[in-house]
Amino acid sequence: MKKPDIIGVTKPVVFLLALLPALKLATELISAFYFQAPLDLGANPAQTIEHITGDWCINFLMLTLLITPARRLTHWNWLIRYRRMFGLFAFFYGVLHILAYLAFDKVFRFNDIIQDIFQRPYITVGMAALLLMLPLAITSTRGWIRRLGKQWTNLHKLVYVSATLGVVHYWWLVKRDITWPLIYALILFILLGSRFWFHLHKASRKQQ
Amino acid sequence: MAHFKDHIPSSEITPKDIFLNRRSFMAAAGGTLAAASMGLSPKQLHAAQIDGTLPATRNKDFSVDVTPTAKNIISTYNNYYEFGTDKSSPSRYAERLVTRPWTVEVTGEVETPRIFDIDDLLKLPLQERVYRFRCVEAWSMVVPWIGFEFRELAKLVNPTSKAKYVEFTTVVQKENMTGLRYPIIDWPYKEGLRIDEAMHPLTLLTVGLYGDLLPNQNGAPIRLIVPWKYGFKGAKSIVRIAFVEKQPKTSWVEIQPQEYGFYANVNPAVSHPRWSQQYERALPNLFASQPTLPFNGYADQVASLYTGMDLSKYY
Repeated sequence: MKKPDIIGVTKPVVFLLALLPALKLATELISAFYFQAPLDLGANPAQTIEHITGDWCINFLMLTLLITPARRLTHWNWLIRYRRMFGLFAFFYGVLHILAYLAFDKVFRFNDIIQDIFQRPYITVGMAALLLMLPLAITSTRGWIRRLGKQWTNLHKLVYVSATLGVVHYWWLVKRDITWPLIYALILFILLGSRFWFHLHKASRKQQ
Repeated sequence: MAHFKDHIPSSEITPKDIFLNRRSFMAAAGGTLAAASMGLSPKQLHAAQIDGTLPATRNKDFSVDVTPTAKNIISTYNNYYEFGTDKSSPSRYAERLVTRPWTVEVTGEVETPRIFDIDDLLKLPLQERVYRFRCVEAWSMVVPWIGFEFRELAKLVNPTSKAKYVEFTTVVQKENMTGLRYPIIDWPYKEGLRIDEAMHPLTLLTVGLYGDLLPNQNGAPIRLIVPWKYGFKGAKSIVRIAFVEKQPKTSWVEIQPQEYGFYANVNPAVSHPRWSQQYERALPNLFASQPTLPFNGYADQVASLYTGMDLSKYY
């Protein structure tokens, strides 16, 4: 078996690459708070941090959803070994994203946060998207996969909802220029549509 | 989405002491020439264009006593959709804006409609005013603008009794403004004020920033600044000012009337569908912890303009 060996090497590399945006932000914040160095994150550093973490959350969600259709298309089964890592990175950046919002935008003002959740639909769906990822992150371990058996697959279909809400969150939050939300919506449509198509196809094959 | 591109080298931030020294020097220099009329002589104007400076005395009565936001922040974080919707796009692309020759047509319900050359407008009494600037997106800056009161311009055209509102129109330069390709706004960008708002001494037609001519991305060569209103009211790169009888159709109200009102007075009590307006982030701070003040801190001067109006209805 040659392929697994290659993955053994590439996986840590991919892991480090996936961590780069977070490392960049961490070094910026550490140097700002401890060494009083100016933040190198533009005129509105908080917004830059929210954008970077939000972008990477949604990027990793899309990558996670890409694994299965890509496998079906290419028959490269080793791709599956990246799925959990991408899913957990999506969750990781989602958590950083919401922490940035709570700390920088809301300064942990409780009433303000509650008001946002109830009055601002883009906040509501964004929070929901992340909350739905929580059980998926928790049950991503080998032990939980074994314990849940078939239920695990069903539970993890929640990622479709999470990704959809994530794109809706992005769409609703932009003021006027929907270019990027539209791009993500199209990618998501293709990724979810391919699954639908695959199952239709499978069903018709079974009938024959 | 290269957010890392919004990068500001720390070397570009003017240390406060240097900035303050420059200010006091300029105040002194400006004071001598401004003693009587504060007008710029053609010679001084010529000098201004050559060395890129715009001498003007700070009007302390109309300035807040707060350290202004660094210039590179004011000039790299802009909403100027004609150059793209990213905050950093205008500073990257606005150099293409052609600001000379430039005329401002002042027309409508006036006795003497006129077309002004921008260089003639620069001869009006210029003064520096440090104003708070509050964006509807819940961030804020403190900006040392240079300009003249709108009412000074109005005097030159004699508005009639029919002039109830003023409409401001931004330039359209199709070849130079890449953002115009996208129909996100029914170009040109338009803004408007009620006549009493426009004639208020705080309302400034602005031609400069930090002792210099206005950077293109900030709305060169002339823009509107209404410090008690959200920033989008301040139309940039104005080519036309019309005194009108009816409330003009303004860009953001046309696009999203449920979110943006004609008045757009800064008001922490009126929540916006996207942003709670109770607090603001004083850039470049990380935390949005500064309480927003009614009328952006100018309530004493302007609240009386709105007596009897329900400000939650006329937002």
